[in-house]
Amino acid sequence: MGLKKYVATRVATMFGVLMVTLLLTIILVGSNMDTILKQGISFQVRSEITENQDIAKSFSSVEEFEAFIDDQIKQRMKLLGLEEPWHSPQRIGFTMYKILTLDFGHATFLTSDSGSSDVREIILEKLPRTILLFTTATIIISVIGIFLGAISSNRAGSAIDRITSSFAIISSSFPVWWIGMLMIFLFSFAYQIFPARATPSIAPSEPGYILALLYHMTLPLITIVMIGFGSWAYLVRNFMVGIMQEDFIMAKRTMGINQKKIIYRHALKNAAPPIITILALSLSGSLGGAIITEAVFDWPGMGRLYFEAITVMDLPVIIGATYILTVFFLISIFIADLLYGYFDPRVKTSR
Amino acid sequence: MSSITPNEIKQEFIKSKIGIVGVGILVVLVIISVATVVAIPNDTLKEWNNPVSWISHPKTAVPVWVNYFLSEKIPEHKILDTPNVIYKKSGDMSVISHQFGVNFDYDQFPRDFIYEFTAKYSGSSLLQMSVIRPDGLQLDLISTSLPDSDSTSIHSERIFSTDEILRKNIMLQSGKFAFSSEGTSSEDIVFSETTRNQPLRGNYVFIVNMYGLNSENEILESRIIIGGKAFGIMGTDELRRDLAIGLLWGTPLALFIGLAVSIASVITGLLYGVYAGYKGKKTDEVMMRFNDVIYALPALPFLIILSVTISNSIFVMVGFLMIFGWVGVAKVSRSMSMQIKTRGYVEAASAMGQKNSKIILKHILPQLLPYAFASIAISVPAAITTEAGLSFLGLGDPSFPTWGQLLHDANVYGAASRGLWWWIIPPGVMIAVTGLAFVFIGNALDAIVNPKLKR
Repeated sequence: MGLKKYVATRVATMFGVLMVTLLLTIILVGSNMDTILKQGISFQVRSEITENQDIAKSFSSVEEFEAFIDDQIKQRMKLLGLEEPWHSPQRIGFTMYKILTLDFGHATFLTSDSGSSDVREIILEKLPRTILLFTTATIIISVIGIFLGAISSNRAGSAIDRITSSFAIISSSFPVWWIGMLMIFLFSFAYQIFPARATPSIAPSEPGYILALLYHMTLPLITIVMIGFGSWAYLVRNFMVGIMQEDFIMAKRTMGINQKKIIYRHALKNAAPPIITILALSLSGSLGGAIITEAVFDWPGMGRLYFEAITVMDLPVIIGATYILTVFFLISIFIADLLYGYFDPRVKTSR
Repeated sequence: MSSITPNEIKQEFIKSKIGIVGVGILVVLVIISVATVVAIPNDTLKEWNNPVSWISHPKTAVPVWVNYFLSEKIPEHKILDTPNVIYKKSGDMSVISHQFGVNFDYDQFPRDFIYEFTAKYSGSSLLQMSVIRPDGLQLDLISTSLPDSDSTSIHSERIFSTDEILRKNIMLQSGKFAFSSEGTSSEDIVFSETTRNQPLRGNYVFIVNMYGLNSENEILESRIIIGGKAFGIMGTDELRRDLAIGLLWGTPLALFIGLAVSIASVITGLLYGVYAGYKGKKTDEVMMRFNDVIYALPALPFLIILSVTISNSIFVMVGFLMIFGWVGVAKVSRSMSMQIKTRGYVEAASAMGQKNSKIILKHILPQLLPYAFASIAISVPAAITTEAGLSFLGLGDPSFPTWGQLLHDANVYGAASRGLWWWIIPPGVMIAVTGLAFVFIGNALDAIVNPKLKR
């Protein structure tokens, strides 16, 4: 009963957050939205009429022509429900409904690599690349971090332990994107091993594309891993040190079970809940941080898409990308919460 | 949660090595900030984005200290603006002579040289420029008459080494050089040995003479720029700006952003959390739900949208960063205040009918102060790096040269792939060092406030 209620309130909160995020985004970019939409419609109407010579010829004067165009624009605005200002409840409600059903409309300026301006298609094209880079990085980071953490906790106070801890503190105060710039300087200027721009130069349809993408991915991947694993190792080490002081470990030790077995079988198992929670959180967190990192490396993923959309104020893309980022973020917070509650019964879910 | 007196904290803190290191770095940064604000004129801050004010600086010049590590010395950029002034009068003719001495001790030719002057004269006037080289050879560079004017007028001009007339003059004297001067630029001849086309080291004297009939003629401003490839302690960027000035100004800005954001968000979070925890029940429930909502907002996308749509002024940005900063503190201080309010003296005060506000201010908040200080120190680096990140994306306040702004410009001009390391490394190191100082202080304080973490 308790768990069900907990999940229900969580889901409700998450949904609320999603709505708030959407509403805030729409409010923030809304005033620009109307002008851009109107411009789009008027452009569309004019181009249609000039293309169709028969209609264009049927007017006797310029005034008549202009009046006809105005009329057409008004009709279309009415059809799309644009005669109300953007802040009217109907408009906002309608926009939110459309976004909830993943209908983001068409981008104003940006297109996908295949040339489509459908925001959903653009996002579907970019999202896998971001997931490819950042999920791979997060998995590598967590594997290195867990092992390094376990080793350091085993020899708490040793040289390895101290190096890991200080590396964790120092690496966490460098911005990833700055390290990225240094890496570009080192590996594509000083030693020309990797390309400076992470966007492959060949088209996605060509057979070598996957290989080229992986090659271009190496430099950003190394950078993210280098900056990330230190703090992971530090966290895991701290969990493990805490667990190693617990009675049941002491008992195992007195039973004569060897240290390695204790660490990897028993202690690590008990450190699992917080580690899994952090894994879930960092998977989503990496998507948010991707914006700057992708901008540095020019990685053609969600982050760069978002950045490009902001620079040219492509509102449908901004709204769509914010929505998708928020959904991912919320889902992972939710999973992290649930996992934590599930693994660690001491966490009172109702509080 | 035990209560620790400020004195105990101080004593514990002095024992902590990293805490002392952190405070040490912070003190240095504060000294830099104060020195910058006091010593560097505020105009440089306003002129930062004005290309005109940087025109006499070289483009992407390396720091001068690089020469210590090189066997082949790179020419330093020199701005000579204190000439030796001599007035002469022979008959009707008056001569103003400006002499600029420069020690050229490098293994490469200068990029160019420029003579800038502003003269006040009437009637006709003639300007002559020549150079006496270390080997005693004198080269006439230019001889030009200034525009005629009947009344007293002020005339400004720049004479470039690339000017055609200057080059022709030098070609006339090319017999003094053993190598062919065909296709060689003026500065490569002026600063060359006579036998082969290699830089000639030593003292050069540039002489500028202004001849006129009016004895009231004067040269108001006069300077020679020997265009080099090294400049200042930190070098210059693509827009000819002195990076040392940008880096120095970045220090007070970063400290301001970091401290303003963290202090404001910790205070907000503290008051919010304590109030929620103290009131409990429905109030607590509602307040914590709101807290959850803010916590779950994706911060970076929102900061980006806010800075684009509302304002990217540095002060507004501080407010935006605060919106996302107070949430964690509110959560922790709520649970702390829930513990404290069950203590005897708080319950007693409440039973005696003291006002809620008084109980919170007098009995609960003081208990949380050590925690608050630790949180302030810990949250500074995040504020600095987030602002730097936004600036890096080009969404920061362009009127202030923050470190993120410097890195943004570096990225725009492709500094990394062009190898302009002096433009990339220092700002990042400054960000990291500032962050580290606060991380150290925060960790040291945290270990004292939460003894559980100590082992």
